[in-house]
Amino acid sequence: MKSDTDNSRSVKSNVGGALRPPRVPIGQWLGVLPFFIFSSLFLIAPTLVLAYRSLESPEGGLTLNNYRQLVNETVMGAYGMSIRISLTTAILGGLIGFIVAWVVSRGGLHPRFRLITGTFSGVASNFAGVPLASAFVFTLGRVGVVTALIELLGVDLYKSGFSLYSFLGLTLVYLYFQIPLMILTILPAIDGLKREWREAAENLGATSFQYWRYVVLPVLTPSILGTMILLFGNSFGAHATAYALTGGLFTLATLLIGQQISGDVLHNPGLGYAVAMGMVFIMAFSILIYSVLQRRSERWLR
Amino acid sequence: MSASSAPASVRPSATKSRFWSGLTYFLVSLYFLIPLGATFYWSLRGKKDVLGFEAYRKLFADTNFLPAFSESIINAIATILLSLLIIVPTAYWVTLRMPKLRPVVEFITLLPFVIPAIVLVFGIIRLYSRPPLLLTATYDSSRVVLICVYVALSFPYMFRAVDNGLRAIDVRTLTEAAQSLGANWATILFRVIFPNLRVALLSGALLTFAIVIGELTIALYMAQHTLGPYMADLTRSKVYEPSAMAIVAFAITWVAMGIIDFVGRGASGRTRTNDND
Repeated sequence: MKSDTDNSRSVKSNVGGALRPPRVPIGQWLGVLPFFIFSSLFLIAPTLVLAYRSLESPEGGLTLNNYRQLVNETVMGAYGMSIRISLTTAILGGLIGFIVAWVVSRGGLHPRFRLITGTFSGVASNFAGVPLASAFVFTLGRVGVVTALIELLGVDLYKSGFSLYSFLGLTLVYLYFQIPLMILTILPAIDGLKREWREAAENLGATSFQYWRYVVLPVLTPSILGTMILLFGNSFGAHATAYALTGGLFTLATLLIGQQISGDVLHNPGLGYAVAMGMVFIMAFSILIYSVLQRRSERWLR
Repeated sequence: MSASSAPASVRPSATKSRFWSGLTYFLVSLYFLIPLGATFYWSLRGKKDVLGFEAYRKLFADTNFLPAFSESIINAIATILLSLLIIVPTAYWVTLRMPKLRPVVEFITLLPFVIPAIVLVFGIIRLYSRPPLLLTATYDSSRVVLICVYVALSFPYMFRAVDNGLRAIDVRTLTEAAQSLGANWATILFRVIFPNLRVALLSGALLTFAIVIGELTIALYMAQHTLGPYMADLTRSKVYEPSAMAIVAFAITWVAMGIIDFVGRGASGRTRTNDND
């Protein structure tokens, strides 16, 4: 704080170009320093520790051995299930979310629906974790309301192979936060489609199909794909909902790491670190593609 | 919408498309409303054969509920204050004085999306639960670490909210005006910038609150008795209370998001121009 005041004094003496205080860089750094300290201590350092440990061999020294061991049944099963669920909920959530966003933006419904949808999506995309898992247990669990209603119709869901604690069940639950996230992210992009484009297309005699094929999709595809990748990451890193639903015993990459923290289930601490870093790599890769696609879509939607 | 400018021949297809829009909207709403309805129905069944608020009464009477709830609220408030104190100067300095740092800051605020919570808590435990950096020796020191992790996780939301807020006001002119009146940097921050960012700060704060209040993963593995782990326990040990708990959690999120929307609409009403759909 002290050098802050020094800084301001030097600013005042520098008449005219008031916003460029000469050579008191320390004062400026004080404003951003806490940010860098916090991110280093609580985001970067913990990740680097895992990265380092994942490369450490039991005898000391560096090795890629832990990463080679990722190819085993437990790890690949967990990664595989995580990737399957994330792909499915990203594609389904992306499609449904896009349709809903289109409907409230351009479907001719009362503007009120758009407002409600926006607010509700904000709520539902943050409604992950234990409460969400509970809500689905009360709906589609063994004694859930919908399960009971369907039983009244003479069909026993759980005897006919359905389970909330399965791939299908988890997919249904994850869509509850995936669809709203898609709606929130894609709505601004749809709003960016200029009305004149549609009118121009119609004046040139384009059919509805042609308008979609040659105007809407080329402009929106980067946004749609980018957001779907965002959804993929959102589901891939999700832990709380699956933990609450299955007690942490389902085959899923995040749950496997949880089990590894509680007690070396992989019987190899180094492998545990490699599993964690593997997740970071996959997430980093998907965020990278997301930002590239997002930049591309900004060309049109300005 | 465009009905006024559309030629008359388009009318029937517009009505038809409105029908399909309505139907789609209705079906998707069912997916979102049924779980809430079912949970609410269960939460009213706490007493045999009568609908009532017994489950809520039992939940609030549970000796573990209020301590966990208030601990989470205090954690959330501490997180918000710390986060604001760190992010506002950072966003301000980056906007005004050190634009070259912007890509670095933006990159770091992306990290919470790249590092899943479960991986982060894994690293935190490995780094801070053994010498030489033993920070999790007691419950309270772990709690401080937990709050600090939450602060780091709030950076993306807080930075984006504050950054948007700074873009909406003319920081440069405000700063120059304050400077020419003889204000120092602390005065500028606390008496000029903060008040002008009220809406942005409130949005960032409420979003952080909604995320932190029921957070499970990190609190669980750091053995904290906050609301998230409490709720997870509850689902395993009780029948009706979890439904009441889920409804309460949903209501909290709804209130937080509702306020963000409400104040946001008032502020952005003038700046938004061409979205009159």
